Amino acid sequence: MEQNGLNSPEYEIPPELKAQVAITSLDKIYNWGRSASVWPLMFGLACCAIEMICAAASRYDIARFGMEIMRPSPRQSDLMIVSGTVTKKMIPVIVRLYNQMPEPKYVLSMGACASGGGPFKEGYNVVSGVDKFIPVDVYVPGCPPTPQALLNGLMKVQEKIRGEPIKTARWYKKGPDLAEIPVPMLGPDLIDPRKITLIQNGDKN
Amino acid sequence: MNTPAHVQSLDLSARFPGAIHPDTRPGYSGWLVENANLLEYAIALRDEFGYDYLSSITAVDYLPEGKMEVVYHVYKTTGGAGLVFKVQVPRVDPIEVPSLVSIYPGAELQEREAWDLFGIKFTGHPDLRRIFMWEGFAGHPMRKDWHEPYFEEEGKPFKSRWPEGQLVMAESKNLYADNIAYPHGFNPASQTFDSEKALYDSLQIYQKEEIGLDTDHIIVNMGPQHPSTHGVFRVAVVLDGEQIVNLKPVMGYLHRNHEKIGERNTFIMNMPYTDRLDYLASMSNNFGYALAIEKLMNVKPTERSEYIRIIMAEMTRISNHLFLIGTLLNDLGAYFTPMLYALEERELILDIFEAVAGSRMMCNYFRFGGVARDFPEGVLQKIKDLFFERFPRKIEEIDRFLSENEIIRSRGIGQGVLTAEDAIKYSAAGPFLRASGIPYDVRRAEPYSIYDRFEFDVVVRSNGDIYDRLMVRFDEIRQSIRIIQQAVKGLPDGPVMALKPMYQVRVPPGEAYGRVEGPKGELGFYVISNGKPNPWRYHVRAPSFINLTSFGPICIGQKVADLVGVLGSIDIVLGEVDR
Repeated sequence: MEQNGLNSPEYEIPPELKAQVAITSLDKIYNWGRSASVWPLMFGLACCAIEMICAAASRYDIARFGMEIMRPSPRQSDLMIVSGTVTKKMIPVIVRLYNQMPEPKYVLSMGACASGGGPFKEGYNVVSGVDKFIPVDVYVPGCPPTPQALLNGLMKVQEKIRGEPIKTARWYKKGPDLAEIPVPMLGPDLIDPRKITLIQNGDKN
Repeated sequence: MNTPAHVQSLDLSARFPGAIHPDTRPGYSGWLVENANLLEYAIALRDEFGYDYLSSITAVDYLPEGKMEVVYHVYKTTGGAGLVFKVQVPRVDPIEVPSLVSIYPGAELQEREAWDLFGIKFTGHPDLRRIFMWEGFAGHPMRKDWHEPYFEEEGKPFKSRWPEGQLVMAESKNLYADNIAYPHGFNPASQTFDSEKALYDSLQIYQKEEIGLDTDHIIVNMGPQHPSTHGVFRVAVVLDGEQIVNLKPVMGYLHRNHEKIGERNTFIMNMPYTDRLDYLASMSNNFGYALAIEKLMNVKPTERSEYIRIIMAEMTRISNHLFLIGTLLNDLGAYFTPMLYALEERELILDIFEAVAGSRMMCNYFRFGGVARDFPEGVLQKIKDLFFERFPRKIEEIDRFLSENEIIRSRGIGQGVLTAEDAIKYSAAGPFLRASGIPYDVRRAEPYSIYDRFEFDVVVRSNGDIYDRLMVRFDEIRQSIRIIQQAVKGLPDGPVMALKPMYQVRVPPGEAYGRVEGPKGELGFYVISNGKPNPWRYHVRAPSFINLTSFGPICIGQKVADLVGVLGSIDIVLGEVDR
């Protein structure tokens, strides 16, 4: 436990109890528990999903991080790994999945396509980055990122989780963060409901 | 130059006087058929001359000439060279061409693709809906006069990037700071959007059984977020209890505009994009594209690079089939354990790819006239160790664990049967076709590269069910190991590139269709060059996409639980289905 920095040194523990007692703060123990059991959403989009599967399989073994339980249902998962090109046809589904995930939830954008469109950015059916619609916590570069890179990204997610104090945690507060993200519509092109006035005035400007 | 004599051999112009002309444009081959005689001609080809296998349908937009062309490639399942014929129609809406679905049912999805992307109406098509884009999308994006929201120039390299490199973000040039564009005067607040209506309407069309209890049928959507659809594939099924009475595959969730981007790219720029088609088999995709362009350029790869290509392509096949064995077993209920065994072996192949090409999955290794670089030191020994020692043993081990398993046998044998006639009819390809008893393998039927020098068997099984499809994969791995062993033994010394390294290649005008036997089936690249640095048309005949044509027919009548197994045994990769 001492290696994890959980045991706070400022309290004196009698030497005969050192083996039995640990003194820590609620934040630390709470976040330690959360960060060691992040359940990703089993959700593959494109090429990067194959590397995600490799990261979960024999050689790279994501289970070492407490993440081997990939849940196909968004209701049971904490982390969405957006692994691949996000298309306009797919983004309403992704937003809906994100809305269905319970707080606290995290998004890891895996690879160039999910982070910014990547090599397919100019395509007419490609969304230039999933962060145009949902908030992203960690970006992993690469095309596709190797499983090592993904594991490094997952460790960054854990780092972020460990640094969040409960007092200010956004999922215990009311506020704009908790509002659902409006689901985009498929019209003559992708319509983001947040941009409707911009689209209405688009031609006039 | 690009017109092999045999392609021109079947001359039916005497039989259809005035309706059929040889395609005499420089670099082109095949026949131009009049729109009115297309059906007659196709029936004659299929019934009298044995061209029973429709490999590819695609459209080409000849904007300067004011013409739209539909290109058909047909083959004989007994082997040999194919026949190309084309229909030209004026480029004025509505563009109408008779549908070939009644003659070659394998045309169904491909004609829908041509309708979606080019706006060619196939009259007589049973279910002509958009396939990649949603209903209601404005325009037909592959037309040459349709420009995407981030449009800069017709062809790369863009002046904004090269040589000065005055790069601005694409978003900053767009009105909405995003990859979107709307028709003039569009007001989203005044209307509602329903892109799904056409799908549900078409799902209602099926043969209702009159016998027995009258029960309500329910529609179940599986995907695009489903663990066993192998990506973002969606199936809409109509169920009568547990039984499937109608099924429509819905795709386009990964349609990332491969072809449109490919036509903006220069020829060599497309090589890394082909990696991302079937991302489990990037070396095979490189192979097909390199073959097509080499045909156009009339370049012959060096002897050593030919052998390296064969070794790489066969290693890709093994790694792909290993992945399939893992995922199919997942689908059949053996959650993740067989996958761990299969991926353990696949990683060893990926190690070799990484050593040779620098990347595990996206190899980008082939070049026109050879391969990018020679084997680094020690790799050949690694390949020898793997394929003379470890793999033959490991494949038998995996086979022993799996193929006698009671659950696999009862979930596989007799399930999802595709008969031999149907397999040809629906243009199935690859292991999927061979499991139905058709010994058709492009490596033997029309040998490319140096496959005619190797000894191997065309694997075939006769029942066409899930179990046989799994077994075909095992047998193919064994044959691939045989080929690699021969290729490693015969690997000559010498250069690996026939041409000098070039920033851009010069490709003479003309058309070429390069096809290889990829791990999923016949992978074809249809490329048209007009002498400019960018291809005028770049089309991919994607085996997993066309294999899905028969997915509906084989599932109807099955239980809904077997749907997953059937889909797994077809072996699709969404990057290739949607492109």
